[in-house]
Amino acid sequence: MTTRAIEPWTLAPLKGFVKEAAVRLVLVMTPAGQVLAQSGFGRAVDVMSAAALSAAINASTVELAKQMGQPPFAGLNHQGERHGIFLSALTAGKLPLLVLAVYDLDVSSLGLVQLFYEQLATELQTASPKDAAPKQVLAADFERELGDSLNALFGR
Amino acid sequence: MTAAGFERALDLVTRVRGVRGAMLVASDDGLVVAEQLMEGIKGPAVAALAASLGNRLRRAMEAAGIGTSPFWHLQCEHGALLVVPAASGILVVAVAEPDVNVGLVRLELLRAGEVVG
Repeated sequence: MTTRAIEPWTLAPLKGFVKEAAVRLVLVMTPAGQVLAQSGFGRAVDVMSAAALSAAINASTVELAKQMGQPPFAGLNHQGERHGIFLSALTAGKLPLLVLAVYDLDVSSLGLVQLFYEQLATELQTASPKDAAPKQVLAADFERELGDSLNALFGR
Repeated sequence: MTAAGFERALDLVTRVRGVRGAMLVASDDGLVVAEQLMEGIKGPAVAALAASLGNRLRRAMEAAGIGTSPFWHLQCEHGALLVVPAASGILVVAVAEPDVNVGLVRLELLRAGEVVG
């Protein structure tokens, strides 16, 4: 399974999570949907779709929690017939991140994914650059940045 | 099954001398249904890993054509993990001292499994 990262400090924690939790697909991204690392995806278009949809789901649940006067939900799990989808937010240093994990129910389980997600969150927190401010993506550079990111994520 | 019923099932196991904790675990998703654990035992981690191991063992036994296992016992240096799968898909798990009376724990796990259904 291919695991690639734009931000090198995310790579080792992500590889560990993929191995231990036996997940099929993973995205590490910002809440805006900017992907920092991926594992298991074969096509750029799938990464872009999954990132955009995950960011939208997260935005919806954050707003829903706000409407209910509650802190944001800790995580979201959707269990299908053969696969489960797990989406959760964490903070690595000053950087808010989203993690999307897709797992096969006959290989992994929600319990395993939750267990090793906690480890992933701790490792990302430890590995994150302490003095880095979140990078702004300017509209003018957006397309080039997106192209560069996808090239890095697919080893081109 | 009520929460009181789950507690009753766990009481059967935890009253055995040398048992450090007992849990009911959903075998499909590896989540804790009910637990009575001594401090220091990581319930969610034990539940997730025991369920994963249980599912793999079940598949191995099915592949080998030797049926299902009513009880499994992992003996370690500093303790033991004992598990009985109940009919409803719940695992009854005990974490015990290394010198626990395994026969007695097995009996109580099987009883707890019947209570859980």
